[in-house]
Amino acid sequence: MTVTEALHHDWQRFTLAQKLSRYAFYLASVAALVISLRTIEVIPEFLYDAPTQMADLITRMWPLDWTYLQPTLTALIETLHIATVGTFLAVLMAVPIGLLAARNVTPSAPINLFAKFVFVTSRSVNSLIWALLFVAVFGPGPLAGTMAIAFRSIGFTGKLFAEALEEANMGSIEALTASGASRFSTLLMGYWPQARPAFWSIALFRWDINIRESAVLGLVGAGGIGVALETAMSLLYWDQVAVVLLAIFAVVVLAEIIVTTVRTRLI
Amino acid sequence: MSTLDQTAARRRAFTPNWPARLFFLAFAIYLVYAASRLGFNLERMSYGLEHGQRFLARMFPPSFARSELIISGIVESLQIAIIASFFGIVLALPVGFLAARNLMPVWITWPMRAFVALCRSFHPIIVAIIFVKAIGFGALAGVMALIVASVGFISKLFAEAIEEISLKQVEAVRATGAGFFAVLVMGVLPQVLPRFIGFSTYQLDSNLRNSTMVGIVGGGGIGATLFTAYQRFDFDVVLAILIVIVGMIMVAEIVSGWARRVFQ
Repeated sequence: MTVTEALHHDWQRFTLAQKLSRYAFYLASVAALVISLRTIEVIPEFLYDAPTQMADLITRMWPLDWTYLQPTLTALIETLHIATVGTFLAVLMAVPIGLLAARNVTPSAPINLFAKFVFVTSRSVNSLIWALLFVAVFGPGPLAGTMAIAFRSIGFTGKLFAEALEEANMGSIEALTASGASRFSTLLMGYWPQARPAFWSIALFRWDINIRESAVLGLVGAGGIGVALETAMSLLYWDQVAVVLLAIFAVVVLAEIIVTTVRTRLI
Repeated sequence: MSTLDQTAARRRAFTPNWPARLFFLAFAIYLVYAASRLGFNLERMSYGLEHGQRFLARMFPPSFARSELIISGIVESLQIAIIASFFGIVLALPVGFLAARNLMPVWITWPMRAFVALCRSFHPIIVAIIFVKAIGFGALAGVMALIVASVGFISKLFAEAIEEISLKQVEAVRATGAGFFAVLVMGVLPQVLPRFIGFSTYQLDSNLRNSTMVGIVGGGGIGATLFTAYQRFDFDVVLAILIVIVGMIMVAEIVSGWARRVFQ
């Protein structure tokens, strides 16, 4: 190789392996999309009258039926209870499992893996499906909804809490251990102060999500504002449905404002 | 000097935080009240324990006897998730750009941000109900509902990612005389692409989870199969479907983790 050849180096941003895996990713995405688009079953007859149906929906929603506001608000308060108590129970269960999942707190691969499996199971089963299961156990009502929210949230809160624990600075933990602190003291005085801001913001974030989620649980009979929605919808009172939707929208926006304020002020 | 030492000695290492303690007390009282309103009592719990045992007994062993139904449901859920993620991502790209406050004037970002907030504020199930009414039962309603959810989630995070970019590179590209689109493609996009891929794969996972649910309100996918099995009290089939869903989502999380690594 002459000097000029050596100097004529082709600069490339990615290595061959990187390029190949990127192309493989693009190819797989396009293939998955094309196959899905070609095989999904769509009934075209339903599509023709979609604009009429939509216009019909809107004219039936207007004017709003404000007499439905009273039952809506009662149900809304129940939804708030479900979201808050459910988040509390979820955090209560997620913290011990999170401790088991964090590699630095529990240095045992099988236990970590087991805890992670619990998290994946909790997250993959949807809140509505959890609600179905708990309605079968506890009967219809907000109790089933609360349990559904709690079990559904374990995965999210636990996974993020375990990640926060794993990011803890090991120096202070080592110092505590060297001073002869027990395992419990190390947890309380070493890990907890470091994970605390993350913990509160995870709990708040999940509470915000749970308000949205608990608004639909009533569709399968698990209490909350979803019951009011389901009742109005099955009676085809779309003007009442609109009131419920408006109430949900208001409370979701309010929760988001609360969470952002608390987060910037306190955490 | 000595007084300083004394106050230092008198100060406790862990001073009690009274406002926080008051808050926790109030929260504890609220929890007891709310739990009583929600029906947390011994009677319900023992009833639940008894029913739960019977319920679990009927769930085991899981029955894969109707596996062709489960497979077609899962395939439809996958189709819904993939199509919704694709169109959601494609739509979120321009919406995210238009909502980024460092690139666009206020009269564009404000309506865009309101639109994104509207997309995010309703649970996909509620959106699915509206679409089932508008375009009828079937997978398309589920697809549309999840597109709305994807646009809401991805464009919000994408706009935030764009707002955090370094403007020096944008300026450098602009200084070469590049037009608006060249600036976007060469100055902005390379800085946010890895994060965009991250949000998108996360949303694909999320869509997959939600696509197993939209069937309960008539939006197609495995949810319809699950709900039918549930209403027929075929709890062993329900368990089989749940196992398949958990397995599918675990595989999807592995694949999306791999995709994120490729684009890091």
